[in-house]
Amino acid sequence: MNDMSISGRAAIVGLGATEFSKNSGRTELRLAMEATLAALADAGIEPSEVDGFSSYTMDKVPDYEIARLLGSKNVRFFSQIPHGGGAACAPVVHAAMAVATGLAKTVVVWRAMNERSWYRFGAPHDFGGAPVFDAVNYGWYMPHGFHTPAAWVGMFAQRYMHTYGATSEDFGRVAVAVRDFAATNPAAFFYGKPITLEEHQASRWIAEPLHLLDCCQESDGAVAMVITSAERAKDLRQKPVIVKAGSQGITEGQQSMTSFYRDDITGLPEMGVVAKELYAQSGLGPDAFQTAVIYDHFTPFVLPQLEEFGFCKRGEAKEFIRAGQHARGGRLPINTHGGQLGEAYIHGMNGVAEAVRQVRGSAVNQVADVENVLVTAGTGVPTSGLILGTA
Amino acid sequence: MAEQEWMSEVRAKVGREYGRVYAWDEVNAPMIRQWCEVMGVDNPLYTDPAFAATTEHGGIVAPPAMLQAWCLEGLHMNNYPPGSTSENPYEVLKLMEAHGYGSVVAVNSDLSFERYVKPGERLYYTTRLDAVGEEKTTALGTGYFVTLVMSFFSEKPAGDEKVGSLLFRVFKFRPANPVKPAKEGDAAPAVPKYKRAKPGISDDTRFFWDGCKAGKLLIQRCTGCGTLRHPPGPVCVKCHSFEWDSVEVAGTGAIHSFVVMHYPEVPPFDYPNPIGLIDLDEGVRLVAGLVGVKRDEIRIGQRVKVEFNSFDDGELTLPQFRPVEP
Repeated sequence: MNDMSISGRAAIVGLGATEFSKNSGRTELRLAMEATLAALADAGIEPSEVDGFSSYTMDKVPDYEIARLLGSKNVRFFSQIPHGGGAACAPVVHAAMAVATGLAKTVVVWRAMNERSWYRFGAPHDFGGAPVFDAVNYGWYMPHGFHTPAAWVGMFAQRYMHTYGATSEDFGRVAVAVRDFAATNPAAFFYGKPITLEEHQASRWIAEPLHLLDCCQESDGAVAMVITSAERAKDLRQKPVIVKAGSQGITEGQQSMTSFYRDDITGLPEMGVVAKELYAQSGLGPDAFQTAVIYDHFTPFVLPQLEEFGFCKRGEAKEFIRAGQHARGGRLPINTHGGQLGEAYIHGMNGVAEAVRQVRGSAVNQVADVENVLVTAGTGVPTSGLILGTA
Repeated sequence: MAEQEWMSEVRAKVGREYGRVYAWDEVNAPMIRQWCEVMGVDNPLYTDPAFAATTEHGGIVAPPAMLQAWCLEGLHMNNYPPGSTSENPYEVLKLMEAHGYGSVVAVNSDLSFERYVKPGERLYYTTRLDAVGEEKTTALGTGYFVTLVMSFFSEKPAGDEKVGSLLFRVFKFRPANPVKPAKEGDAAPAVPKYKRAKPGISDDTRFFWDGCKAGKLLIQRCTGCGTLRHPPGPVCVKCHSFEWDSVEVAGTGAIHSFVVMHYPEVPPFDYPNPIGLIDLDEGVRLVAGLVGVKRDEIRIGQRVKVEFNSFDDGELTLPQFRPVEP
């Protein structure tokens, strides 16, 4: 850590969310405003005080419209982070940077989407043959009908299984554990609906080696948070949740969901970049966490994430999972809200929200004595991560 | 992909109630008798007043299955009795048609009854657009399940009584396999044939696709340092030279990884759809469809060889890989 580090400089002081559903029945803008105003009320901060914004490029609600509806007068910072769920932690990282440098004092981050009822991801897309980058890049896949995130993840997962001897049942153990948490989270899609490993194995194929129950459900909903300086956070209503480290990550051979051309495709080296930076900023290591939120839009990528962050050795996540270390009562319970597999798919920002609740001590599946929580963002894409903790 | 914007107009109508459609005639014995004759129903409860008088009903009743018939328009379409609404409960189907979902198939018609109706009762129904599902792809094509619920009432001075309802669901869709013209010169099908997405082609990648058309698997080579690379790009990752050419490779290699796609089924692809990540013998990797292999027989390390297959009347030529004996 040095004087330029963002570690410890900013805090999440407000948290708001809508319900999560398959059909919100209202506009994305309204969802964003409901979550944002709830977060500001939670923080005890006047809406017009907000002077910074950050979200995902994929969010369809513009920052200026939220600013207009909040009555913001003096906004000096706004940013958007690309790469889908890879952005999940990055708005908080950007907000912490803005706060640490004094560019903004009160930053709102949000993700609002009617991704279930208004549109769906994973449909084939014909870019029309234009020479623009996306058309050329996805042109290697779309003409073959290789067009879904589940299938792209499956390509990595198949090789991972082959290399390390992990099985579909290991992926299933991830799903069973998060659904167990979801079953006791009233805000979750799958509240009261745990699954068994047998049910996972019997669920139909989506893209071999992925079964249906390896995949999250697309969702409607919104999450918003308020970030301000750690100093100011002391005087606010909620227990401060300190941003102890934050980073984004891209590394060699990086593509978005299709980094198939690296010599070794069994790891997530961009997450390795994030891990190294988070540990360097915070001075913490794998033993410092009582719980973690590990991005789980699809189960297979949970395993290499555990390895990239050093919770287990390369290729040994399956043993960690077979021993139930990731589950309720394990050494590192992950995704205690139910994850995206069990709570909802709000592009990972609902996972950041769970980390906030765990640090505050207000989670529905609260882990004892939480000091530090790791949060990761979308996998297989340029990504991001956070360490949140107590002051 | 985002749901088309026009669908928000459809979604906004879900839950809407459409006004009354009246029956031309009150429930009456002659119509009941004719209906029973046509349908081959010989239950005397419907047609024999003397028998019906001995039953708990005290007189003839209309067959419940006839409920919808009372409020039909008759010989001429859209010719409804005075007082009926001019609203069209099927307006969302028109909207879908306007956006290419031209075909329709009825999938459910579920009548339910509150009670028997008797001669002398005057019936009407109202319609609710109950639900429009998410876009689904079925064997027929891609489209939306649209559910309407018609509630039938009998007019009563003390307040109209609900007598039954009809859930009517249709699938409004773009056909997966549009009917081909029977012979040359016939009109083209009303809906477009599904084609594979075309690759974007740039100055950096054109050689590859031209090679496919010519039946050659061409891989980009840096003329600065000789490195082969795929996918192609404008500059060498190793030496940053912008100079490159391409070389024809043998088209042989081994499966590095693979996935078998099952869902969603999207036309024009066949499912299961196996996709391979191929290690070419020259040391580069590429993604392509696998052919000539059963989904449960694909193995990492399996030897494969390229072949070039043409799609969409020659508009697209793709490299695909077929297993070979080691």
